[in-house]
Formats: sequence, C-alpha cells, structure tokens
Amino acid sequence: MIDFERVTKRFGSWTAVDAVSFTVAEGEFRVLIGPSGSGKSTVLRMINRLIPADEGAIRIDGVDIASLKPEELRRRMGYVIQSVGLFPHWTVERNIATVPGLLGWPRARIRDRVTELLELLNLDPRRYRGAYPHQLSGGQQQRVGVARALAAEPRILLMDEPFSALDPITRASLQTELSAIHRRTGTTVVFVTHDMDEALRLGDSIAVMDHGRLIQCATPLDILTRPASPLVRDLVGREEWGLKRLAVETVGDRARRQESVTGEPLAAETPLHRALSEMVARGTERLPVVDGDGRPAGVLHLSDLVRPTSAGTVSGGPAASGTA
Amino acid sequence: MTSRPLLHNRVALLMVLAAAVAAVALPFLGFAPNRLLSGRPVPLWAAAQGFDGAIALLPGLALLATPFLRPTRTGLGLTVVAGGLFTAGLVWLAGAQAAALAQGASAAARTSFASGFWVMAAAGLLTAIDAARRLGLGAIGRMAVGGAVAALVALQLASGHLDALSILKEYANRREIFADAVLRHAMLVAAALVPTLLIGIPLGVAAHRVQAVGRAVFPVLNVVQTVPSIALFGLLMAPLAALGAMLPGSGISGVGPLPAVIALTFYSLLPIVRNTAVGLDGVPAPVREAARGMGLTPGQIFLRVDLPLALPVFLSGLRITVVQAVGLAAVAALIGAGGLGAIMFQGLFANALDLVLLGAVPVILLAVAADALLSIGIAAATHSIGVLPGRSAP
Repeated sequence: MIDFERVTKRFGSWTAVDAVSFTVAEGEFRVLIGPSGSGKSTVLRMINRLIPADEGAIRIDGVDIASLKPEELRRRMGYVIQSVGLFPHWTVERNIATVPGLLGWPRARIRDRVTELLELLNLDPRRYRGAYPHQLSGGQQQRVGVARALAAEPRILLMDEPFSALDPITRASLQTELSAIHRRTGTTVVFVTHDMDEALRLGDSIAVMDHGRLIQCATPLDILTRPASPLVRDLVGREEWGLKRLAVETVGDRARRQESVTGEPLAAETPLHRALSEMVARGTERLPVVDGDGRPAGVLHLSDLVRPTSAGTVSGGPAASGTA
Repeated sequence: MTSRPLLHNRVALLMVLAAAVAAVALPFLGFAPNRLLSGRPVPLWAAAQGFDGAIALLPGLALLATPFLRPTRTGLGLTVVAGGLFTAGLVWLAGAQAAALAQGASAAARTSFASGFWVMAAAGLLTAIDAARRLGLGAIGRMAVGGAVAALVALQLASGHLDALSILKEYANRREIFADAVLRHAMLVAAALVPTLLIGIPLGVAAHRVQAVGRAVFPVLNVVQTVPSIALFGLLMAPLAALGAMLPGSGISGVGPLPAVIALTFYSLLPIVRNTAVGLDGVPAPVREAARGMGLTPGQIFLRVDLPLALPVFLSGLRITVVQAVGLAAVAALIGAGGLGAIMFQGLFANALDLVLLGAVPVILLAVAADALLSIGIAAATHSIGVLPGRSAP
C-alpha cells in the first residue's frame, strides 16, 4: 500500500506537487494522468525517492520512506522509463539480472528468473539472453526494460510513460501483456501516461492531475461518466465517447444469464466495444457468452449495450458528458 | 563492351611513382671514409647487382603493378605483402651492400642510408598501410602488418646482416648507454603519466559534474598546450632552481628529470581531462536514471555504468597523451633529463647524422608501439560496450 499525505514538492518558486494526498491499495493498478507539467512524473519519482518530498509524508505499508535507505527502497520496486535506459554494454541477461545481483541472489536462481521473465515477455530466451540492447528493436528493448523491472519480484512497479515512444501495434501488445502480468502477479502498479485511452484500458483507478493538484481519482467508469472538471472531460474527449464507455465494461457485466443462443461465443471478459464490433461484423444482434472455463454464461443483446441491465452498474450515460 | 578503368588505386600509383623516381634519380646509400666526411652516393642499381640483389627487389616489381589491381581481397592482400616485402628487401639490400663496401675499406668507413632509401622505404610502407586500411583490417590486423615488417627487419638485425651499416656502428659504440637511454625515456613518460592520471581523472570528473570547473580549467590547459616545449622547460628552470636553493639536500634542481616530468605532466593534462569529461558527458542520461532508479549506489553507477561507457573516449585521450609525451621527452634532453633525446642531440652537435638516427628511430618506434597498443585497447573497449562492433574508434 502506498500512502501520500499532503505531499508537496517545489522547484525554486514553482510548486510541482501541491499538498497531494492519495492511497494506492495493495495490488491496485493506478494510472496517473494529466497534461505536461501537471506533476504526475514528479509524484511517481517521489515514490522511489528519486525526488525527495519537501513536505508531507509518503508511506509504504505504513513505513515512512524517508526513514529508509534510498537504494534499499528502490531495489524493492521496479522502475520503467520511456527511454528504457538499458545498459548498452551489458547483455539482455545481465541487464535483467541487475537488481537480483545487487540483492545477492544465487547465480542459478538469477538464471532461472531471467529465462522465466524472457518467456513472460515473449522473447525467446535462447535467442535474446546473450543479445546486446543495440541489437533489439524499440519494442524488444522495452520488453527487456519491463523484465528488468520485474526481475526481483517487486511488490510495487513504477512506470513513467513506458510505452509512449512505441508504435501503436507494439504499444497495444505490451499493454495487453502488462495487464496479464498484473493480473497474474498482483503487483501494485503506478503508471504515468498522458494518453487517456491507455489509462482507461489499463487502470483499476485513474488519478487526474493538473498544476500539481489531484483533480479526480476514480474508476475508469466514473472518469467517463462523472468527470469532476472540464479538464477531465477534455482529457477523455468527446470523440467516440460511446465506444470508450463500452470499453470499460465487459460482456460478462451485461449478458442475460438465463438465455442461450447458438453461434461462436465471446469470452465473458471481452470488452463491450469488441462485442459491438463483433455484432456488426457478423450481422447479428445476439451473441452467446462463455465464462473463463468455456461454460455458457448467457447471451448479450445489442440493446444491452445501450441499456445496462446488470445490477450495481452506475450509468451516467453519454448525456452526462456530451452536453455541448 | 564498356571500357573498364585501368587505374584502381591512386594512392599506390603516387607511391610507386615516388619510389620509381627515387630508385633512378636519388642515391640509395652514402659511402664515406669516416663519419665526419660527407659520402659519395651509391645508386640503387649499383647496390642491387647480382642474383641476391635482384631477388630482394622482386617485391618492387610486384609493387609496380599494385595501382592497377582491382580492390578485391586478393588484390589488396597482394598490395600489403608487396609493400611490406619491398621495404624489408630494401633494408636487406642496404645491409648487403654495406658489408660489401666495408671489405677493403678502413674500419672508420661509414655506409649510411641516403635519400633514395628513405623515399622508397616510406613509399613501400605507406602503400602497405593504405592497402591494409582498405582491406578493412582493425587495429589488431594493422598492427600485425606492421609487426610482420618489423620482424623481417629485426631478423636481419639479429643475424648481424646489418652490422656494417653506420647506424649500427654507432650503436656498437654506445651499446651500454643506448639501453639506458631507452629505459630512461620510457621512465620519463611513465613518471609523467602518474601525476597526469592522478590529477587529470578527478579534474575530468569534476569538469563533467560541475560546468564551472570545466569553464575554469580548459582555457588554462589550452594555453599550456600552446606554449612551446622548450619555453616551458625554460620557464620551469628558474623557480625549481630557486626552490632547490631554498631546500638544500632535497635534490630539487632546475635541470634534470624533475622539470621534465613536471612539464610533460602539464602537456599531458589537457587530453586526459578533456577526454575524461567528454567521455562521461557521452553516457546517456536515461541509462544513469535507470541505474539510479534500480537502486545502484553512486559508487556502483560510476564503476559499472560511467566508467565502461566513457572508457573508449578516455583511452583515446590517453593515446594522444602517451604519443605526445614520447615525442616531448626527446626535447627534455636539452635540460639534462637524458633519454633518447640525449643521443639525438649528441649526434646533432657532432654533425653525425647516423647518431641522430640512433636516437630518433627508437623514439618513433616507441610512439608507434604505444599508439598501436592503445588502439587495440580502444577497439576492445568500444567493442565491449556494443557500439559498432568490430570497428575501432578513430
């Protein structure tokens, strides 16, 4: 658990972070978003003390990080940056082994861990273990960057616009892999981006920052349906609002569980905008749904996409945002 | 059919033409009754008579063809071999001719290399080096070519084949002081290198970290570089002599090795400080940021990241420093520091050119050897950081 209590950081007369308080729960995927200079990267870099806080307290699992040695604190966290920063004179294996090496893991354990991580990030260990960073593409380099950050099994992963410099296809596949890794490991992730689509896609919760202040911290659904300020509404954008709205819920959320229908089924965790696309492509208004084990889980109707039926779902509707 | 260009290697053509003109028009050797008289010229055709002489000059005939060879691996390889063997053959010919001239002459008679020899030997070597570069040989490959030619000459030296040449007679007269002079020369350079590195590396690190340090240090070191070496030696004499007078028994003196080492240190600082700073400046900021973010301590970042990544540029500075210091140390003989410069100046003052050569040739060989060794180091350091594998830094 990461806990910010009225944390302030000034650079000269400029207040980069202004009395920010928030909590990131254990295992949560928290996205920090905001325009340039909003203080989002500064907040991230205060978590591993790359930037010291001027006022307030930052606690991890209740321990004030100011009381820890910075190096020991950092070795417990993964850190990924946009420009990757792989050591150009070290092989992929040695890059990934950096923190386990610092922590004094036995050689065999490090070796196994490198293999495991390369496979996790879809890099063939036999081919890439001994490669040098300059022999890799930009996307492969960032895969190694993520593997390096995960190497010592950190409970917290800090990511500063890690995919911003990549082409859209590579970015999308790394986003998918990161989501899967997060689900599997339960690592707490703090992820800085300026791309709202990425934030909506990855975050359990999204913290919007502007001028060093925290404007809103909410679930993707609430960010879409209940923006706290015009800035949040602008960050989301009006274009394809409906599709973004669909994208934050899954087929399983809205399927009619008692019904059944024939056809190629959709997985329950498919986002709703994919389901809509699927209906258009197949020319049908009803799709069968299956759960994670492949058992029938009901039917999704086209009308369900506009009128949410599942209990507990808060619906702001497009009108809440499309008021122009 | 399109006409193919006949000429493929302009450098080789220039060298071959120079060698041909030198072979015909310039004296190959000079033969004098003693070391003080100027000799009569011995042309190449007179030296190359007989079966042995013709064999020795065969690589020269091959060399004539090299400008017209296509730049394939074979063509360039042949050019390297022809250039190298031609040079070694000229030395052999000079030795043989000197031995022939020595028979029936007095012991004081001297046979020296003359202008024709130098032009042809240089042309052969340069052709070989240029072709080796075109072949894409790395630092080690080029050093092997140079080493092979040097080995052919060394073989002749060891066999006594060259003993009748004047330069070896000068060597025979000074056998004891020659070894001392080489050692002394190398010691001067090494002694200057210790304070240079002890001061220069921290100063370079400081200049990299604090801009103000660089702004203060570099103008001073640049000015020092522009002071002529003789002037700097002279400038150091007065204060050191005064210091020596104040501290009797300290061994400090205005002449001798101490001012030489101090002056060499001054000259050596600029390349070391500058290249240390530039090398560290070249370490990418994200690499340092990542290292810090992963929990490397400042000391670990310096040793594991900064040092290896800045090493090739630093070694380039060290190469400049060492080569420069080997040359400058020769001048230091003027203030009594000894070394190979002392032999050169003895020869100059006695008007004995071969004695000058006896001092100058080892200075050149020392500089070339230091340059070659450090080039290999630079190539290895560059290779190990994964930048442009297999290519050495310029």
